[in-house]
Amino acid sequence: MSNETTTTGPAPTIYVPSMAALSTVLAHGARPRRPSPLSASLTFGWRALLKVKHVPEQLVDVTAFPIIMVLMFTYLFGGALADSPRDYLQFFLPGIMVTSVVMITMYTGVGLNTDIEKGVFDRFRTLPLWRPAALVGMIFGDVLRYVLAAVVILGVGLALGFRPGGGLLGVLGGIGLLVVFSFAFSWVWTFFGLVLRSEKSVMGVSMMVLFPLTFLSNVFVDPATMPGWLQAFVKVNPITQLVASVRAVMSGTSDASSTMWALVWSAGLTVVFGILTMYRYNRR
Amino acid sequence: MSRRNTGLAIEAEGLTRSFGATRALAGVDLQVPAGTVYGLLGPNGAGKTTTVRVLATLLRPDGGRARVFGHDVVTEADAARARVSLTGQYASIDEDLTGLENLVLLGRLLGYRKPASRERAQHLLTAFGLTEAADRQVKRYSGGMRRRIDIAASILNTPDLLFLDEPTTGLDPRSRSQVWEIVRAVVAHGTTVLLTTQYLEEADQLAGRIAVVDHGKVIAEGTPGELKSSVGSGTVHLRLRDPGQRPEAERLLRTALAGSVQLEPDPVALTARVGGHGSDLDASKQAARALRDLARAGIVVDNFALGQPSLDEVFLALTDHPAVPTEAERDEQLEAAR
Repeated sequence: MSNETTTTGPAPTIYVPSMAALSTVLAHGARPRRPSPLSASLTFGWRALLKVKHVPEQLVDVTAFPIIMVLMFTYLFGGALADSPRDYLQFFLPGIMVTSVVMITMYTGVGLNTDIEKGVFDRFRTLPLWRPAALVGMIFGDVLRYVLAAVVILGVGLALGFRPGGGLLGVLGGIGLLVVFSFAFSWVWTFFGLVLRSEKSVMGVSMMVLFPLTFLSNVFVDPATMPGWLQAFVKVNPITQLVASVRAVMSGTSDASSTMWALVWSAGLTVVFGILTMYRYNRR
Repeated sequence: MSRRNTGLAIEAEGLTRSFGATRALAGVDLQVPAGTVYGLLGPNGAGKTTTVRVLATLLRPDGGRARVFGHDVVTEADAARARVSLTGQYASIDEDLTGLENLVLLGRLLGYRKPASRERAQHLLTAFGLTEAADRQVKRYSGGMRRRIDIAASILNTPDLLFLDEPTTGLDPRSRSQVWEIVRAVVAHGTTVLLTTQYLEEADQLAGRIAVVDHGKVIAEGTPGELKSSVGSGTVHLRLRDPGQRPEAERLLRTALAGSVQLEPDPVALTARVGGHGSDLDASKQAARALRDLARAGIVVDNFALGQPSLDEVFLALTDHPAVPTEAERDEQLEAAR
């Protein structure tokens, strides 16, 4: 590695610790009041943004991946399932937006798993803070990634001819619903990120959950064409509820029952997996 | 519990903790006086890191209890956290961020407003000689700089108790002495430091008292002087000119010194422990007498050195096993460090 050359710098000055300088920084000023839960969480969110700044490659999964998903499925299924790819896109875009963003939530667990392997969480956990702040902040950072992915997909959709009947407000409403649900769903992955031993196993479990959840839904086709037992699953699948509500809002109508169920699922996932996550986090 | 009237920064009684089938802590008792450097000395896998993690509120003990300035580390963890800081064995900073960003982040998390935390970060970077590296990602730092930014991060909150888990392992000699100077400055300021180390020399240099840890228990405790004299006050290393004279030299040394004599693999080398238990002569006098006896017997000594007992020798004397961890112990330590 190039450690030596990068660390010594042009004019290596040898550091000599000075008692005077050290005792100045050790002097007690008044210790500040501990930050509020929100402020601590936002600070951890800022950390996530700093990491994006230093490692911008990590945005590939929220930009390239969704674009590929939209193009692939629009042209793969478009002709077969609707009259043309363009007609299919009108039906399909909200669904693929949900699918892509919900799939991206799994990186929250992968990221936490790798992050916690390093020592930095030890420091966070010895700070006198509202305990969930580090994880909430991490998910705040991820929420920005979700928004970015959603906007990218929408952009591709608009370029291919998708026309949302609900206009700007409808689109914002749809993305809002999606982000709320994804925030909640991220807690599933923080839990697995803490429970499972390696990044790979987090990936494995995520795929096992996400594939059936996103495909056995109303994202790609109308559930009316499915056998009864499958329809039963599709009906209770939270992704179905979410897609139905996002689709409705973006097309300028509303689906009160689906929206309510999507929000109930969001609240439930946050509470249940938030508590499980914090239980694990405190006991590591 | 009041904080100050006991004068103890740490009180631990019977701490136990297992990871699966391995017992990392088998009943650790500690009493660390406030305002001192206290050394936890032991080989890899002895339970040092696990002890520190329990005391720093990162790990719950299975049994026993521990208080930090009177605050129970399990039931009053938040009050304990407000007064401690940890520099772990593995960098407890975000390597993707720059040095400055790390310190500003921590300042914000401690409740400093943005300008104040920037200012505090700049002061710390100056005091730790890292001003030039302020805007470089920590992953590009050298080992010594990494340690310094880590310790700087740990004193950002002006802790009353600082945990340093093997702060100099893997550092070059200059970086090591820089860390020692920093520790001296920190304790001169009144902060209590709990330091773990595998090196007797380091504990000797810095610590007022030392607990020797092995297999999850404290097996000896005292000042560095007390510990060393319990082992013998020093070790003599000899190299003879003529390997044929070694048996004779061994016999003479055994008589002259109260300690044991060991034959090294090198046929001309011997190692002898000076001043066994309860000897009242100081080591240099005993060694001088041994040298005189050898000279009188006509044994030519090419090389003679009187040194402190090594950790290995302390360990051999205290436990009858060398300070080398088994495979299982190493695994357990990795587990504990996770």
